[in-house]
Amino acid sequence: MHNFTYHAANSVADAAAKVADGEDAVLMAGGMTLLPTLKQRLAQPSDIIDLAGVAGLSGIRVEGGTVTVGAMTTHDTVANSSEVAAAIPALAAVAGHIGDPQVRNRGTIGGSIANNDPAADYPAALVGLGATVCTNRREIAAGDFFTSMFETALDEGEIVTSVRFPAPETAAYMKFPNPASRYAIVGVFVARTTGGSVRVAVTGAAGCVYRETAMETALEGDFSPAALDGMTASADDLNEDIHASAEYRAHLVGVMARRAVAACG
Amino acid sequence: MPKDGIGASVKRKEDYRFITGQGAYTDDIDRPGQSYAVFVRSPHAHARIASVNTAAATAMPGVVKILTGADYAADGLGGLPCGWQVTGKDGPMVEPAHPPLVADCVRHVGDQVAVVIANSAAEARDAAEAVVVDYQPLPATASIETAMAAGAPQVHDEAPGNLCYDWEIGDKADVDAVFAGAHHVTRIELVNNRLVPNAIEPRAAIAEYDRATREYTLYTTSQNPHVIRLLMGAFVLQLPEHRLRVVAPDVGGGFGSKIFHYAEEAVLTWAAAKVARPIKWTAERSESFVTDAHGRDHVTIAELALDVDGKFLGLKVDTKANMGAYLSTFAPCVPTYLYATLLAGQYTTPKIWCGVQAVFTHTVPVDAYRGAGRPEATFVIERIVETAAREMGLDPAELRRRNFVPSDAFPYQTPVALVYDSGDYEGTLAAALAAADYDGFAARQAEAEARGKLRGIGLSAYIEACGIAPSAVAGSLGARAGLYECGEVRVHPTGSVTFFTGAHSHGQGHETTFAQIIAERLGVDIDAVEVVHGDTAKIPFGMGTYGSRSLAVGGSALSRALDKIETKAKRIAAHLMEASETDIEFSDGQFTVAGTDKSVGFGDVALTAYVPHNYPIEELEPGLDETAFYDPANFTFPAGCHVCEVEVDPETGRVEIVNFAASDDFGNVINPMIVEGQVHGGIVQGVGQALLEGCVYGEDGQLATGSYMDYTMPRADDVPSFAVSTRTTPCPHNPLGVKGCGEAGAIAAPAAVMNAVHHALGSRGVSRIDMPATPVRVWRALNAA
Ligand SMILES: Cc1cc2nc3c(=O)[nH]c(=O)nc-3n(C[C@H](O)[C@H](O)[C@H](O)COP(=O)(O)OP(=O)(O)OC[C@H]3O[C@@H](n4cnc5c(N)ncnc54)[C@H](O)[C@@H]3O)c2cc1C
Repeated sequence: MHNFTYHAANSVADAAAKVADGEDAVLMAGGMTLLPTLKQRLAQPSDIIDLAGVAGLSGIRVEGGTVTVGAMTTHDTVANSSEVAAAIPALAAVAGHIGDPQVRNRGTIGGSIANNDPAADYPAALVGLGATVCTNRREIAAGDFFTSMFETALDEGEIVTSVRFPAPETAAYMKFPNPASRYAIVGVFVARTTGGSVRVAVTGAAGCVYRETAMETALEGDFSPAALDGMTASADDLNEDIHASAEYRAHLVGVMARRAVAACG
Repeated sequence: MPKDGIGASVKRKEDYRFITGQGAYTDDIDRPGQSYAVFVRSPHAHARIASVNTAAATAMPGVVKILTGADYAADGLGGLPCGWQVTGKDGPMVEPAHPPLVADCVRHVGDQVAVVIANSAAEARDAAEAVVVDYQPLPATASIETAMAAGAPQVHDEAPGNLCYDWEIGDKADVDAVFAGAHHVTRIELVNNRLVPNAIEPRAAIAEYDRATREYTLYTTSQNPHVIRLLMGAFVLQLPEHRLRVVAPDVGGGFGSKIFHYAEEAVLTWAAAKVARPIKWTAERSESFVTDAHGRDHVTIAELALDVDGKFLGLKVDTKANMGAYLSTFAPCVPTYLYATLLAGQYTTPKIWCGVQAVFTHTVPVDAYRGAGRPEATFVIERIVETAAREMGLDPAELRRRNFVPSDAFPYQTPVALVYDSGDYEGTLAAALAAADYDGFAARQAEAEARGKLRGIGLSAYIEACGIAPSAVAGSLGARAGLYECGEVRVHPTGSVTFFTGAHSHGQGHETTFAQIIAERLGVDIDAVEVVHGDTAKIPFGMGTYGSRSLAVGGSALSRALDKIETKAKRIAAHLMEASETDIEFSDGQFTVAGTDKSVGFGDVALTAYVPHNYPIEELEPGLDETAFYDPANFTFPAGCHVCEVEVDPETGRVEIVNFAASDDFGNVINPMIVEGQVHGGIVQGVGQALLEGCVYGEDGQLATGSYMDYTMPRADDVPSFAVSTRTTPCPHNPLGVKGCGEAGAIAAPAAVMNAVHHALGSRGVSRIDMPATPVRVWRALNAA
C-alpha cells in the first residue's frame, strides 16, 4: 500500500467537496474492493474519503411498491431485512449470495455498483428490476448506469446515495458461482412486472451486465421454463477464462434463466 | 488409569492459546532494532539478467541495505542443497546449482534476484519497486509435455532435454512377459494435478546476529528446525552449529511446504551479519503462490494385467514428474522412493515395473506435499483397479477382495521393496462399505436419476508408508540425512515433566498427544506435562515432522525415554522401600513392592532423585532426566478404505459430494478426536485436489492461478459431513503400536472422488476426466462423449 491521506466525510456535500479537492481522491465505502486494490499496489490515490460516517446513506425504506436502499447499506443488512424479504425476496437473495459473511458485513450496494465488476451480482438485480440509481446530482436508470467493464455513468466525483427498486410481481436470481472467487460465472436475474413485461438480466457472462431480449420476448409469451427450451446466449463476445469458456457461459445463461423462471413459481 | 491417558479424546492443550489469538507465530515476534526485508522477484519465467541497478533504490527513505545475486556470489557461499540423491539408469540425477539469490539467470516467476532491507516493511517495498533489473526474456517451458519435446527451451545447460533423472524399479522384461499372457489388460492415462500448498500462515523468518557472542538466530516457519540448521549451517552459509540457533515457534500449518530449506532463510541469515540488525521477512500470499514448493504434477500411463478371475498379474507404470526449476530439498525422492515403492497398494500383484522421468520446467520447484508420492501412487492404483472392474463387469469391491494381501500374510514382502507390517484390508473395506451403505447405492442412483442427476460411487483402498525409515536403508537409497527421532523426558523435582521432542507441531496437536502418553505411563496429570519443540537450543538433534512420523518415530523415542525413566525410578523406589529392584511394580504413578502394601509415589521418587539425601549415590547418579534416540526398524503402513458418493448436475457439470465414508487403520490411537480431525482435514485436501485445486501455468510460464480469485481452496460447504472410523491392527515393530494418520485423507480421497465421478459419468459415455473435475471440464466431457 502506498501512502495516502485519509479523510472522514460527515455529509454527502462534505464528501463531494473533499473528493473534488483531492488531486486523485477516491471514495471508500466498505473498502472491500478498494483496499485489496491498494494492498496490491494497483492504485495509488492521493486521498481517501471515507463514507462510513455520513449520516443518511445507509438503511432500507419500503414505501408503496418501492424499496429504497441507501448506498452504504451492507449486503448483510439487505440479505437479512424482513422488509426486503417481503417486498422483493429475490433482492434479499442476491445480497445473501455475495461473497462470504465478512464481505457481506462490509461490502455495500453503492460500492458494488460504482465498481461495476463484470461478475458482480447486484448489477443483474438492478437491471432486472429496472431500478433507479440516485446520486448527489441526479437519477440514472439502471439500464443506463452500467456502461462497460468497471465503468458506469457516474461522473468524476459523483456519489451514489441510494438505489430505488420497484417491486415486481415475481422475480428470482440464479447464480452459478466461480468455484474460486465465488463471484458469478453466470448470474441471471429474471423479473416479471404486474403489467406482464419481463426482464432477463445477465451478469458474469460478458464484459458488463446485459439483457437477453430474445428470452424476455419468449417469456412474455409464456412465462415458463419450457419457453426457454433450447435457448442459450450467443457465445460471441462472452468472457473466456480458465474457469469457463464462452460456449460454457452461453450454455449456462440458458440453464440459469430456466432455473430462475422455475424459481419464480 | 489416568483419565487423560492413551485412548482418551482429550481436548487439545494448545487450543486455548490458538483460539484466543495468543499463539506466537514468527510474524508475531519482534526483535529489538528489527529491520524488514522485501525480495525483488522475477516477473519472468526465464530471463537473462543483464544488469541490476540498485542506486535509486538505495537512496530511498529508510533503506538499510540492498543485496543482489552478485553480492551473494562474491561471498563464495553455497547454493541451496538437495537432501536426497536419486540415481537413475544413467547415473546420479542432474543437480543444478540453486543460488539463494540469482545473479545471471532467472528460472521461474518468483525467483529471487535481490533483497531490500529497510527500517519498515513499507519502505522496503517501495525501494524494492525502485530496483531496476534489466531482464532479457528467454523462451520458457512450463509443462512436462513441452519440457520433454524436442527443441524445448532448456532450464539448465547441464540437463539436456530437461531431464533430471530417468529411474526405474522392477524388471520391465519380466513384467512385459506377464502382460503377454494376460486375459485382460486395462490401460489408463492420468494427470496428477499440481497443487499449491496454502498453509494458513504464510512463510516468515527473522534472522539476527549477535556481534558479542558471534551467534546467529533464525526464527522460521519450519517443520524441522534442526534440518534447517544442518542444511543452512553446513552447506549454504558454512556457519558452525554451536553458533547457529534455529527456532520454529508456533507454525500455522505446513503440509510439507515448510519442510524445505528456502532461499529466504539463508539470505536473511547471511544479511543479518552484514547489517548487524535483526531482519524480518513475511511472505505475502501472492508471494507464497510463487515461492512455496508446489506439490504433485505427474503425468502417468499405467497398465494392469489380469487373469480370467480378475487376479492381478502385473502392473506397468510410466510416470513423468515435474521438478520445477530447481531441486527442492527432498524433491527427487517423492516420485521415486515415496511413490513407485507403493505401487503394490493393498494387493498381491506379483510383478510391477515403474519408470519415472523427472524433468525441469520454468516453474516453482515441486516437493513433498501432504502424502508426498503416496497420493500419486494411490491415485494410479485405485483408478486402474476401479477401471478394470468396470471393464470386466465386476463389482469394484469384489475385485479388490480377490486381490488383497490376506490378513494372515504379514509381514508381507511386495515386489517393490517394501515389507508391509500389518493390516486387515478386508476389514477396513467392509467397514467403509457398511458406513457408506454400498448395498443401497442402486436405489439412491435411481432416485437421483429421477431428479435429473447422475450419481456415482467410488472406492479407494489405499496404503501409505509412514515414519520413513530405517536410516541405513534410506541412506542406501540416497537420503543425505538420518531419519530417527529424539526425545528427552525431564522429570522435575516435584514430579512435573517437560518433554523435549525433535518432532514439530504445526497444527497436529503434539502438545496434547505426547502429554497423554506421559500421563499414561507416569501416572501424572496431563497438566503437569509440558511439551517443548521447535528450538534447536532446547531440544536434542531431531528430524522434525513430515510423513506422518511424529508419533510412530517421535512417540517411539518418547516411549524409549520413558522406559529409561521408569527403570531408574524403580531403582530409587527400591532403595526408598528397602526392597529388591526386581520386586518393584509401577502403575498409576505408584511404586509398590510386590506382595506387600509398601508403596511410594512418583513425586516422592522424583524429589529423591534431585534431593538425594537418602539415595544409592554410589550406584546411581542423581537426577531423573533421560534422552532416547529411536531409529525405526521399518516404515509403518497405515491403510484403509474411503468411499465417496457424488451427484453430477449434467446441465452445469457441477459435482457435489453427497456422502463420504472412511475406515482407517492407523494402528493404536492415542487421541481419537485428534485423529478424526486429521482425517477430516486430509479428506478435504483430497477433495480439493479432485474437484477444485488446479494450479495452472500459461505456456509462457506465468502462473494463471496466483491468488484465491482463481486458485480454488476447498471450503466447508464443498464437503458433506464425513462418516469416519478406525479399525486397528497394531504396528508390530514400534513400542506404541502406532502407524500415523496425518496424510491418509489426502492420500485416499482423490481416487475415491474421481472413481465416483467416473462412475457417474460412465453411463453417459465419458471415459476420462482429469483432476480437478471442475464444472466446465465435466460439462465439456459430457458434451464430447
Ligand atoms: C472476498 C470477496 C468476495 C466477493 N464476492 C462477491 C460476490 O460473490 N458477488 C459480488 O457481487 N461481489 C463480491 N465481492 C465484492 C463486494 O460485494 C463489495 O461490495 C464490493 O467489493 C464493493 O465493496 P465496498 O462496498 O466495500 O466498496 P469499496 O471497496 O469501498 O469501493 C469500491 C469502489 O466504489 C466506489 N464507491 C464506493 N461507494 C461509492 C458511492 N457511494 N458512490 C460512488 N462511488 C462509490 C469507490 O470509490 C471504489 O472505487 C466480493 C469481495 C470480496 C473481497
